[in-house]
Amino acid sequence: MAYVAIADRDHEHHLHDPQTFITKYIWSQDHKVIAIQYGITAISVGVLAMILSAMMRLQLAFPDVFSFITPNNYYQFVTMHGMIMVIYLLTALFLGGFGNFLIPLMCGARDMVFPYVNMLSFWVYLLSVIILMASFFVPGGPTGAGWTLYPPQSILPGTPGTDWGILFMLISLAVFIVAFTMGGLNYVTTVLQARCRGMTLMRMPLSVWGIFVATILGLLAFPALLVSAVMMILDKTIGTSFFIPAVLSMGESLDHLGGSPILFQHLFWFFGHPEVYIVALPAFGIISDLISTHARKNIFGYRMMVWAIVAIGALSFVVWAHHMYVSGMNPYFGFFFATTTLIIAIPTAIKVYNWVLTLWQGNIRFTVPMMFAIGFIFTFTHGGLTGLFLGNVTVDLPLSDTYFVVGHFHMVMGVSPVLAVFGAIYHWFPKISGRMFNETLGKWHFWLTFLGTYSIYLPMHYLGILGVPRRYYANGITDFIPESAQTMNVGITIAALLVAVVQIIFFVNIIWSLRNGKKADSNPWGATTLEWQTPDTPPKHGNWGPELPVVYRWAYDYSVPGQSLDFIPQTEPHHGHDSVDDEDKDKK
Amino acid sequence: MSQETNATALPVGVTGVVTDWSGDKQAFHVPWGKAMMWIFLLSDTFIFTSFLTGYMHVRTSTTVPWPNPSEVFALTIAGHHIPLILIAIMTFILITSSGTMALAVNYGYRRDRKKTMLLMLATAAFGAMFVSMQAFEWTKLIVDEGVRPWGNPMGAAQFGACFFMITGFHGLHVSIGVIYLSIVAFKVYRGDYESRGYEIVEIVGLYWHFVDLVWVFIFALFYLW
Repeated sequence: MAYVAIADRDHEHHLHDPQTFITKYIWSQDHKVIAIQYGITAISVGVLAMILSAMMRLQLAFPDVFSFITPNNYYQFVTMHGMIMVIYLLTALFLGGFGNFLIPLMCGARDMVFPYVNMLSFWVYLLSVIILMASFFVPGGPTGAGWTLYPPQSILPGTPGTDWGILFMLISLAVFIVAFTMGGLNYVTTVLQARCRGMTLMRMPLSVWGIFVATILGLLAFPALLVSAVMMILDKTIGTSFFIPAVLSMGESLDHLGGSPILFQHLFWFFGHPEVYIVALPAFGIISDLISTHARKNIFGYRMMVWAIVAIGALSFVVWAHHMYVSGMNPYFGFFFATTTLIIAIPTAIKVYNWVLTLWQGNIRFTVPMMFAIGFIFTFTHGGLTGLFLGNVTVDLPLSDTYFVVGHFHMVMGVSPVLAVFGAIYHWFPKISGRMFNETLGKWHFWLTFLGTYSIYLPMHYLGILGVPRRYYANGITDFIPESAQTMNVGITIAALLVAVVQIIFFVNIIWSLRNGKKADSNPWGATTLEWQTPDTPPKHGNWGPELPVVYRWAYDYSVPGQSLDFIPQTEPHHGHDSVDDEDKDKK
Repeated sequence: MSQETNATALPVGVTGVVTDWSGDKQAFHVPWGKAMMWIFLLSDTFIFTSFLTGYMHVRTSTTVPWPNPSEVFALTIAGHHIPLILIAIMTFILITSSGTMALAVNYGYRRDRKKTMLLMLATAAFGAMFVSMQAFEWTKLIVDEGVRPWGNPMGAAQFGACFFMITGFHGLHVSIGVIYLSIVAFKVYRGDYESRGYEIVEIVGLYWHFVDLVWVFIFALFYLW
């Protein structure tokens, strides 16, 4: 039975039109409002996580000064900082925030395919955040098990938060996964099934490709986390022994017998490694669009960029045990996982080369989003190269659980996605708000953040090679660590506090510009993609006015020779003929 | 039904796949709801796969012998000791319900609302029977045999833990399916889908067949191993 595509039956497709303030801004089913709700919630918890990291840094630099940071508090800060940043900030912001805002606009849809489910997704996400925040106020405080929550320690006495904190954490994660699934199904279905006329998959902007593949990864990876959370809740509450072997706790033998802690690690990292790419792939896509737009040059090797995203996504499911080299495994497994891990370097390197080749001979405009995009190339390359060290079993073993690892993943998974987030917010701010931000403040924000984060994480690699262990409350006096390491710790802390404080510039800029910024044109950057071609800025409910857009070309027609403008929007027909299906002529 | 736009002959086979994926508007010629159900089921597959691999892992790593499922799940009926008889009947019922579901989809596309509704209710009834028998099985294990999630008299503690967790999660899926089927059956009968078409019956059917298929794996890996 031939199914009539939505793009062909525009007039039958009724949107839920908002009536009142509440349906417009609170219980909204509009993808743009949901995106902003996701964004505000995620950034709010992200600020909290940043404050936690500042407390950790204070403790590490000045171990005896702050009496309110006890060892238990410290571990709780470590845990909550990691979990919030990875899941409740980055995953929610990239997929719930940017995914929601960009997918319908860039694909030429009026909204997500199931707006009601999309709305529920946000509210369930908010519920998971509330449960997580509630864990700060339960007896014993939040869990201090480390963001990986490894059993048995995460649920046995001695670790902070084993009474209630760990339960709240696990329940919050399960609720988050429900929320993500509702949103994620929408994003994938929208990309696959609700594009406008002429928008083939190979004409989609790379931002959509990155978010699309990352969402698929999430839909396939979060189930493993859900299952491990369910099993651990059962272990904790009714005394099953999935993860707990025969164990002595506080000098007494527990009732548990025969469980496997390694099982948790496998399940956790089967989720955990794709999670890295759930955060990285949207950043890749966004950076590609930012670089192409602000260098006024088509992205180099578009098809390769797409296939690299797909290849990285697929490979990310067969590398998880590289997080577990120290847990011990058959040497052949170590060989396998080291090999697959290093193979990921190939598509990743393709992407980095292509970004650089896009810049080459481009008409580069040093706008604020472009600065963040170029900064991303530096931090990501840096973090990727140290990843090669850690992907090798024999190199990983001495470096594991040192500050080298902290430096590595904060470069690749902390700073890089955050730079992409800032770049993206500055880039799309005119479309979201209808106003321009302050360029000078934006540049200050970039330089202080970029240089500041570099001076936090670069020295950490050195500390790691010295052998300074991570997750220690206080290092004390040890034979193998020179005293100068503590001096470096102080330096890192000063840089970290500085970076935390300069984020105020960002918030001031955003809030000031919302009221006082210059009115933005509908297409201030001269970009080709569909979201800049909307009839209204910011786009109204339904995005496109009476008629859906029609796409005639790929998303990267910048500086085409012989044209008066240095960009051709995707909606511009080819000269002489206006067939939608006249494909690929422009890509050769 | 407005079928006029895409009614031209579509290429088949590999060419068809390439055409679909390189075309605009949509990759699959199916309604949004059906595409979304497929993707959801793919995600759900990973949940059950994680449960089952987790179960297989603890079964092979535990130090205490695993109870023999054939013995644990045997019933004595009229003096005969029959291994796995209840599970066999449950499996038969669930597979049968897949048959009635397939018929319901067929009658749905023929727009025979009454037969569709009756077949969907029959499917839901089979599902309810399945859950009831599962409740009976749980009661027997808990009350008569002393199996608990944290231990049992027959062997490894993980036996009960895995059993209650996996069959519980599957039973939850069946129960949700029964509710889902009943609601859609009612709406079919009321004529809610006259203008939109009856793909919804097939979407419910996808979910239901998936739940049946998962049971086959649970049956093979938990009861027969």
